[in-house]
Amino acid sequence: MPAVPTVEATMLGKLDWSAIPLDQPIPLAAGGVVLLVILGVLAWVVVKGHLPYLWHEWITSVDHKRIGVMYILLASVMLLRGGSDAIMMRIQQAIAYQSQGYLPPEHYNQIFSAHGTIMIFFVAMPFVIGLMNLVVPLQLGVRDVAFPTLNSVGFWLTATGALLVNLSLVIGEFARTGWLAFPPLSELSYSPGVGVDYYAWSLQISGVGTLVAGINLVTTVLKLRTKGMNYLRMPMFCWTTLASNLLIVAAFPILTATLAMLLLDRYLGFHFFTNEAGGNVMMFMNLIWAWGHPEVYILVLPAFGVYSEVVSTFSSKPLFGYRSMVLATMAICIISFMVWLHHFFTMGAGPDVNAIFGIASMIIAVPTGVKIYNWLFTMYGGRIRFATPMLWSVGFMVTFIIGGLTGVLVAVPPADFMLHNSMFLVAHFHNVIIGGVLFAAFAGFEYWFPKAFGFRLDERWGKVGFWFTFVGFWVTFMPLYIAGMLGMTRRMQHYDVAEWRPWMLVAAFGMLLLTIGVLAQVTQIVVSIRNREALRDRTGDPWDGRSLEWATSSPPPVFNFAFDPDVRGEDAYWALKHHAKQQQLEDHSGPEYQDIEMPKNSPTGFVCAFFATVMGFALIWHIWWMVILGGVGAFATFVVFAWRDHDEYVIPAAEVERIDRINIEERRNLVSLAGTL
Amino acid sequence: MNLLDPQGPVAAANSTILVDSVFIMLAIVVPTIFAILAFAFWFRASNTKARYRPDFVYSGRVEMVVWAIPALTVILLGGVAWIGSHQLDPAAPVPGTGSPVRIQAVSLDWKWLFIYPDQRIATVNSLTVPAGAELNIQLTSSSVMNVFFIPQLGSMIYTMNGMVTKLNLRADNQGKLQGLSAHFSGDGFPDMMFDVNVVSPLAFPDWVTTTAKTDAVLNEDSYKKLMQQGIEKGRPTYRLEDPRLFDLIATQHIPPGPGPELVSDAGRPHSGGHDAR
Ligand code: HEM
Ligand SMILES: [Cu+2]
Ligand SMILES: [Cu+2]
Repeated sequence: MPAVPTVEATMLGKLDWSAIPLDQPIPLAAGGVVLLVILGVLAWVVVKGHLPYLWHEWITSVDHKRIGVMYILLASVMLLRGGSDAIMMRIQQAIAYQSQGYLPPEHYNQIFSAHGTIMIFFVAMPFVIGLMNLVVPLQLGVRDVAFPTLNSVGFWLTATGALLVNLSLVIGEFARTGWLAFPPLSELSYSPGVGVDYYAWSLQISGVGTLVAGINLVTTVLKLRTKGMNYLRMPMFCWTTLASNLLIVAAFPILTATLAMLLLDRYLGFHFFTNEAGGNVMMFMNLIWAWGHPEVYILVLPAFGVYSEVVSTFSSKPLFGYRSMVLATMAICIISFMVWLHHFFTMGAGPDVNAIFGIASMIIAVPTGVKIYNWLFTMYGGRIRFATPMLWSVGFMVTFIIGGLTGVLVAVPPADFMLHNSMFLVAHFHNVIIGGVLFAAFAGFEYWFPKAFGFRLDERWGKVGFWFTFVGFWVTFMPLYIAGMLGMTRRMQHYDVAEWRPWMLVAAFGMLLLTIGVLAQVTQIVVSIRNREALRDRTGDPWDGRSLEWATSSPPPVFNFAFDPDVRGEDAYWALKHHAKQQQLEDHSGPEYQDIEMPKNSPTGFVCAFFATVMGFALIWHIWWMVILGGVGAFATFVVFAWRDHDEYVIPAAEVERIDRINIEERRNLVSLAGTL
Repeated sequence: MNLLDPQGPVAAANSTILVDSVFIMLAIVVPTIFAILAFAFWFRASNTKARYRPDFVYSGRVEMVVWAIPALTVILLGGVAWIGSHQLDPAAPVPGTGSPVRIQAVSLDWKWLFIYPDQRIATVNSLTVPAGAELNIQLTSSSVMNVFFIPQLGSMIYTMNGMVTKLNLRADNQGKLQGLSAHFSGDGFPDMMFDVNVVSPLAFPDWVTTTAKTDAVLNEDSYKKLMQQGIEKGRPTYRLEDPRLFDLIATQHIPPGPGPELVSDAGRPHSGGHDAR
């Protein structure tokens, strides 16, 4: 018989003072600093009276551009957190030769688990989703995404996940199992703490957010294109968005189900993945990778889209082999679901299975290679301007190709028998994720920043940032390939093998360069904000762009376009600009301005996420009354939203005209100015 | 532990495939990288000699080539993968001289137990094998997953509780090698390195005889002690009481190893209580 629970246990569940890691100064200090910064910012906001502005213009906004910006902001902040973890790990491995270093295992293991989780779920994902949110409706020539309020819900649930992960710094602990929490290590018997629960619940909650974002973007691309924007006229970024979000819709439910099973094991004594009672850990391996492999393509496909836009714009040429690119994108989308087993060739599946999955994995490299060549030929015959986004793109091409090479290498089962889980593997996936996804995030950030904010970023600091990051990447990760070839396995808190040491030192030095790169980019933002008047973009088209997002002002009005653009071919805006159809967009003597209906702001997302945070926290700590409170609150929010009467407001035609005239005027001035020069 | 310095046929074949695959790919990757840099440089906007060809957006011939190059490479590598997977299946026999040695490896929290059922001995964190003989290794885990890996002998393989995986290896040269766990298994994971002593076929029986004289006995009771979480800095050896011990472990007749001991309500193990160091 279980003992009768005490009052404290009922009120507070597992939570007590020992949850605050007073004996572990590093996370406590880190958490403390973060907390201070957050409180400081909040205090500043309140004192300065910015709260209403934040509330009305951002927190409750359902404007896809604002939500996109908030996604990117979240990703950037989390990049700093995940990056600090990376710095700590590199330092640890540099000094923990024949010694314990400065991080004990229980701490080091949390750091690499948090690093992986944060970088994938709260940096890479929100960054690409943010870019898609910001750009896709503009490129499609529409006013908003399909489900604006749902979009806000998706963002705020993602933020909840990020918040919970960071809360584990100061209250309790994070998982010490690696970023995929393999059972049985992650089962209650081997991880009795709340770490895995923090991990699982934050991913469950943010996973819902991601799924919602996926559904929203798929629907947007399929249903909301402007006049004449048929599928084969969509910019490449829209295609990759479609492919990536189809993957989200298909793959994220697998993650949710898998984590749900793990949670049932942990909370209710089920035996999906336990050692005992017929649980099967290999089932977990299959399920998690059935999500996990598509996940890497969820990240990299939009990145490919960004490069396609950037390379073509800065080469002043349409994308080479557009149809071939579309085909390659969709091929990757489909094949990426058929290769998951390559993550555990070494589990003894047998030669036929290994070989088939190995070959299937290599087949993905074909469309990927085709993409590289198509970017190459886009540059051929171009007039290439090396602005920062283009630097990131060329840097990506030469870097990613190496990551692809090593990817195909580990897809050869006998080679993987030596390289699985090694530092070589760590180098592979950082090579593709940093060189592919993160470079694209930065390229996209530089490229679309003027669109989002109306001024460009400082080019000089941007280039400093690029070179340090680029060189830093190579110096950090090439040594890891070598360490892997020397038999070094991943996740080593300390080691005694002398041959590994030098490479760890080089990698730590590379990390220093990477850090400088990131700092340079932070500086770039600060400098650019200071000089924003000088950097102001009045044309709405600072890069001589080719797709519709450049047809409107920077930043675009809430309604994006005063008139639905009429698309006559690929590279819609380029065609307009260069076939003297300028009047279409820039001189509206023709059609009358009309009233525009836009969705109203809604606090639904924020309130929902607030209750989800309460519920997630309560679930982690077994505080059941609070779980009920959070659940009921979230559901009630949803019901209130569902019963709303008015969800749109009208922008009168006169106002639309006024805003649009300003834009046209500014562009015309610039054109005539250019004419006189 | 250099993968390119193999000490047995499996590792040699693995690393040959590894190196060959890299060269096959470099053959197209290096020219591609050069082309990227060259095109990017030549077609820079400031180069007035470069011809601007904004209409060069499609060419059937180029498309053919760009699909064909990666496809051909992959066909070649696919062949390598197919043949390699079959020849180097971990369970495939690796004929050697003399009679094969049976070894049963159990990953414990956080040490390796090697049982020699035919010799009736067992060792922890050190594996002694005769050069040239086939090693038939059966593996399981007492608790969480691990991966058994001796880099210079080749092919790693998972160990899982309640399951047996098979791996055949051979060590060709006498000497000392190192093995490790290649799958993270908890706080003591980095201390799961083990020695591999490859001795001459003549010295092996002597080693067995000496080891069999050890006082310590491995039976269910002492195994359960061994299976407690903790690391082992020494290299203990045992006489094996019951040669079926491995089967008892693999079939879960001996229940899986316990997790961490003392845990506070907050879920953080009491620091110091069970220090992995
Ligand atoms: C070019 C085609 C690619 C192939 C053939 C490939 C192949 C592989 C293989 C076989 C593994 C597992 C190796 C092992 O665990 O032993 C792996 C791991 C991984 N790959 Fe790739 N890869 C490719 C591209 C990518 C891309 C584009 C990304 C991400 C954007 C990516 C991200 C990852 C990650 C994150 C892991 C490791 C996950 C973990 O174990 O924690 N890969 N890749
Ligand atoms: Cu990382
Ligand atoms: Cu994969």
